[in-house]
Amino acid sequence: MAITIKRLAHQILENHIDLYNTVLIGIQPRGVYLSDQLVSEIKKEVKKDAIQYGKLDITFYRDDVHKEIRVPNQTNILFSIEGRNVVLIDDVLYTGRTIRAALDALMDLGRPEKVELCVLIDRRFSRQFPIQPDYVGKSIDSIVSQKVKVFWKEKDGKDEVVILE
Amino acid sequence: MSLSTKHLLGIKDLTQDDISLILQTAQQFKEVLQRPIKKVPTLRDVTIVNLFYENSTRTRISFELAEKRLSADTINFSSSGSSVSKGETLLDTVNNILSMKVDMVVMRHSASGAPHFLAKHIPAAIINAGDGINEHPTQALLDAFSIKEKTGSLDGRKIAIIGDIMHSRVAQSNIYLLRKMGAEVMVCGPPTLIPKYIAEALDVQVNYDLKQTLEWCDVANVLRIQLERQNQVLFSSLREYNLVYGIKRHMLDEVKKDIVIMHPGPMNRGVEIDSDVADSRQSIILQQVENGVAVRMAVLYLLAGRGSENN
Repeated sequence: MAITIKRLAHQILENHIDLYNTVLIGIQPRGVYLSDQLVSEIKKEVKKDAIQYGKLDITFYRDDVHKEIRVPNQTNILFSIEGRNVVLIDDVLYTGRTIRAALDALMDLGRPEKVELCVLIDRRFSRQFPIQPDYVGKSIDSIVSQKVKVFWKEKDGKDEVVILE
Repeated sequence: MSLSTKHLLGIKDLTQDDISLILQTAQQFKEVLQRPIKKVPTLRDVTIVNLFYENSTRTRISFELAEKRLSADTINFSSSGSSVSKGETLLDTVNNILSMKVDMVVMRHSASGAPHFLAKHIPAAIINAGDGINEHPTQALLDAFSIKEKTGSLDGRKIAIIGDIMHSRVAQSNIYLLRKMGAEVMVCGPPTLIPKYIAEALDVQVNYDLKQTLEWCDVANVLRIQLERQNQVLFSSLREYNLVYGIKRHMLDEVKKDIVIMHPGPMNRGVEIDSDVADSRQSIILQQVENGVAVRMAVLYLLAGRGSENN
């Protein structure tokens, strides 16, 4: 997993030289573990103060508020995204509904020039919205009844991706 | 994780977890309110009626703003100028409104227990915005949020509630909440305005001396003298009240520490609080109002999904 994250970091840097006009935004709660690691990889390659990194909570933008009330997490974006290139970062891309909500949340913070999506796991063939990732750690073919979960050392004690039946 | 209750009728019914959840959620809404676009689409499909059977400025505006910031549809109702003057009962009024597909009711009423009565008879979620001399839960929640924001935590904090404790729903809700969250509470005021068995019943300290109270506390929540609820003479004059129980600058200077000054509004300047105290650096009265919107957004959000559970 560490090697994959290193690759993703380099792929982002390849498209965003020195992160000029680019900001990185991790999606709360579990995308943040990936984005934290990506940012620490990227820090090895570019000047620290060139990195603008924030966290976005999408709870208030979900389309299933009526089904389930979720506890919100912190949104912490201390810079303007107006006219910037945004790389959204999440752990698993599945139906695309989270990213749909994240795009809405982003638009309320400003008008980015461009938004890209970086995910560790892409569950192909299960999308419910026309949303595709730009950077993929690994693509997985899974069926709807399965659950794909990424475990992180900081949170769960181990770095691991599992498919739960 | 969700609230243990379907309505917010009073702090009395909430658990410690409920209170923590509301305060934590309010923190995230406070961040939303600092954005250039202070609005989220969360309650797009929810309709809320604000039923105000009693006058209000802050609470009413605050609820309405909170609802609008959450993209809910709102209807405002005040008893003056409505069919209430033609003799319609509370339950009939509410049932008529609900038949037009309203999901939540925010209600202020001069009768204690009015929202509890409604909760027994209607399916919508009810938020008590103040009932008589019983409770004013969202005020207590925003006070707690403000204390936490200013001083870091509630646990072990010493809070004094000063003034007309007898007629104050704010005092009652505050005491319930602060005791549940581990804060110490002292009430202070003229003996005629403090219920006789409050120390045993609500587990608070009672002190009739303002100076001692100020020396004891970290936070002083100063209550309004409710002129509209004084149907008998419980103290001789406003001037005397001010002399004995009004918070004055020199008193705060004599106390060695910086006490946080709070007031739920509307203030009677020169009665329970002097202007130079109300406008001082120690006062967080306007922050309380600001936090009120975030706290009410949190309550509305956390209760919004609950009403539909029985549909």
